[in-house]
Amino acid sequence: MASQNQLFSIKGAKVLMVGAGGIGCELLKTLALSGFQDIHIIDMDTIEVSNLNRQFLFRKSHVGQSKAKVARDAVLKFRPHISITPYHANVKDPDFNVDFFKQFNVVLNGLDNLDARRHVNRLCLAAEVPLVESGTTGFLGQVTVHVKGRTECYECQPKPAPKTYPVCTITSTPSKFVHCIVWAKDLLFTKLFGDKNQENDLNVRSTDATSSSEHVEDVFERRKDEDIEQYGRRIYDHVFGYNIEEALSNEETWKNRNRPKPIYSRDFLHDEIAQQNGNVDKDCAAGDPSSVSAMASLGMKNPQDIWCLKENSRIFMEAFKLFFMKREKEIGNLTFDKDDQLAVEFVTAAANIRATSFGIPLHSLFEAKGIAGNIVHAVATTNAIIAGLIVIEAIKVLQNDTNNYRMTYCLEHPTRKMLLMPVEPFEANKSCYVCSESPLTLEINTHRAKLRDFVEKIVKAKLGMYFPLIMYGAALLYEVGDDLDEAMVANYAANLEKVLSELPSPVTSGTTVTVEDLKQELTCNINIKHREEFDEEKEPDGMLLSGWTQASSVEKDDNKSNGNGGSTSNASQAVPVEAEDNVEMDVLSGKKRRLSEISGQDLSSVTDETKNHEKLEVVDDDDDLVMLDDDPGLNKRKRIQ
Amino acid sequence: MDGEELTEQETALYDRQIRVWGADAQRRLSKSHILVCGMKGTVAEFCKNIVLAGVGSLTLVDDRVATDEALFSSNFLIPPDENVYRGKTLAELCCDSLKDFNPMVRVSVEKGDVSGFDGEFFNKYDVVVVSCCSLATKKSVNEKCRKLSKHIAFYTVDCRDSSGEIFVDLQDHIYSKKNLEETAECKLQYPSFEEAISVPWRALPRRVSKLYFAMRVIEKFEAEGCHPGDVSIADLPGVLKLKKELCEANEVIKAISGKGDPLKNFFFFDAVDGKGIIEDISVSNPKSGS
Repeated sequence: MASQNQLFSIKGAKVLMVGAGGIGCELLKTLALSGFQDIHIIDMDTIEVSNLNRQFLFRKSHVGQSKAKVARDAVLKFRPHISITPYHANVKDPDFNVDFFKQFNVVLNGLDNLDARRHVNRLCLAAEVPLVESGTTGFLGQVTVHVKGRTECYECQPKPAPKTYPVCTITSTPSKFVHCIVWAKDLLFTKLFGDKNQENDLNVRSTDATSSSEHVEDVFERRKDEDIEQYGRRIYDHVFGYNIEEALSNEETWKNRNRPKPIYSRDFLHDEIAQQNGNVDKDCAAGDPSSVSAMASLGMKNPQDIWCLKENSRIFMEAFKLFFMKREKEIGNLTFDKDDQLAVEFVTAAANIRATSFGIPLHSLFEAKGIAGNIVHAVATTNAIIAGLIVIEAIKVLQNDTNNYRMTYCLEHPTRKMLLMPVEPFEANKSCYVCSESPLTLEINTHRAKLRDFVEKIVKAKLGMYFPLIMYGAALLYEVGDDLDEAMVANYAANLEKVLSELPSPVTSGTTVTVEDLKQELTCNINIKHREEFDEEKEPDGMLLSGWTQASSVEKDDNKSNGNGGSTSNASQAVPVEAEDNVEMDVLSGKKRRLSEISGQDLSSVTDETKNHEKLEVVDDDDDLVMLDDDPGLNKRKRIQ
Repeated sequence: MDGEELTEQETALYDRQIRVWGADAQRRLSKSHILVCGMKGTVAEFCKNIVLAGVGSLTLVDDRVATDEALFSSNFLIPPDENVYRGKTLAELCCDSLKDFNPMVRVSVEKGDVSGFDGEFFNKYDVVVVSCCSLATKKSVNEKCRKLSKHIAFYTVDCRDSSGEIFVDLQDHIYSKKNLEETAECKLQYPSFEEAISVPWRALPRRVSKLYFAMRVIEKFEAEGCHPGDVSIADLPGVLKLKKELCEANEVIKAISGKGDPLKNFFFFDAVDGKGIIEDISVSNPKSGS
């Protein structure tokens, strides 16, 4: 099968790999063994211990070093005469522009986040270079091929946006453990150890339209000469006791819900004080801040254990104390980091206490860390399989073997006897704003929404354009750039604060705004439609963008319009799921047609609701076996129901 | 086994995969012993993955001396440096590299020909994988494993051109399967290699992958004279990697941990159509499949 033709194409090919992690290591190895001789690889990360279970080109001694560089060195050991050019950089850097991409025959992605994937997709479209995309999670994986003009682009099928939760679910009515984690991580942890100036919903209660902010500040600030132990207990009592009592006083909220129980420190910690003080003193002698751990100091060894309320409370207090005693300098600047042991302990304990209060099952540190840190579970084997599939598709691309391009899905359980399922790619989505440049529609209150809201929530968050240029007709409303003069910068800053209908060139219902991202060479036209009201729960942003099917990702809350007071409520707390693409999501479709059937009849396609692999049209080319009975039915392509 | 915890080192290193198959499975892996015979490029992939996964030990058998680079050009475990490989066997060379991937796994070499080992030898292992060997050897090793009271998981692997085949024999296999909230205990009975390939072709279900037949034909051909593995020209590494990874390591892990449906009992991959198919070929259910 390794025909002369193929070998020739391979030898002469210049390939770009984006990502040198799980998929990247396997891919680089496979490319090298397959005879590729000119490979470029971009990765901004450095090596961590948790990578070593599958990123086999790295060793323990490499921890801290550049992935791209170490991967290259490792592969050269068994293929010393090929050329591998590593870039320890972010693929979104301006250096990697359209001209850079144009030099390659094919681009192969081994990324772990949606943002970067969209960015690369746009650059590949602009440079007209084929892209082979991929993703894995545990035992699942998929490989897809994207060639401008021939197939869908990566964004033709909208990818699920990061999961968000309504604010009141987090602050008042959690029903799942993840809600408690978000509360502990984004609210409590941030309030205590992070940026104090940041707006924080911690004390916004569903009943209380008038949030008395001075009162709030007092509570979380350490009082003068307050003992650490006292301070910790006061916070504990406030968030787990007082706040719950306050919430309980609003009968409406709890009509159809289980009432939470307030929890106070005196119930669990009164006999612990003497014991703990002893331990803390011992720790003072030890020096290293990075190894500071509440579990260690309390002698709790197993991260898989599920702690009882008492243990969680002890961890909460111990972690709290350790932050103030050992890491004082960092307080005020800390952000949650899944590799920060103490932070993970604190968040786990706090989430568990809150969960206890609300009758939600508790979780171990190991599980909590996965949720809080958005950890993607991963094994070497799936990555290796996907890497092999990528190379197979890459070779087809190099050979322009367009009829044989396949999207291949690696399944955990066989479907119709298949563990690897190939599917023909679909043609481009005509309403895809990225590759078909079709316009979108935005419903927005033009008298209330400011340009800033539009830029943050639509242009950046939804469209993924971070260096936008916004125009209405010939008027430039906003742009980002290094070469702007002061007057322009001031003008744009002023524009951001204006509501749309009051901009120098008023943006009102019926107008079309054009947004461009010069780096991605992408232009998008947005038709504006004014709308007065938006549902606080379903449309918390106060805007609705449509024009291409967006997979629904906001968790519905059963809360009956309790809202959050004030029309400028903050956006929902986001718990971004930065996992590699979920296989099932990729298989969702709107209306699409097969590549090979464009000229033929129009076979209607699967509905949005169907995630069932069985309904997919699988490429079924098996010839009949000579000795068995002929069955003409076997050769017919199955239609999608 | 139940009382022992994973060490802190293991938890840190295996964090991501523990999230896939659980701490219990990881513990069992760390106590398992794997034997691999025939260090071809494809098997090298398997070895890499199983070492990364953290098995207790891995023993390699392949006395072929590394003389010609062509022998191991698709084996990334062996550096193409004559100063390094001269005089050593394939097993020795692979062993040196594999140790590097995971210092917690004991990797060693056993000299000799796999067809010469007796039952007592195989009894030391929980999993036996054979590759690059004749039909007769596959049969005999399988039989020896089956005769032991210990349930040894047996796998054969073959790659030809752009296709690959894996055979699995777990004898009587009991495992747990998660169905939404519940965990059910399942049992599967596997035929021996000899039994499986003696199922008359006429009795097989209609849609059995044509690769099954192709492989059997090749086996016969090889039995009549050629050296196993030489039948076809350049094996495309992409294919080999693919097939290898999929079945081998994942399957072995499933077998050891006792969790999840294991493959029964043949797996085929064909790069031409890109499908990876499982076929159940056994005497008891001649009409199964599809």
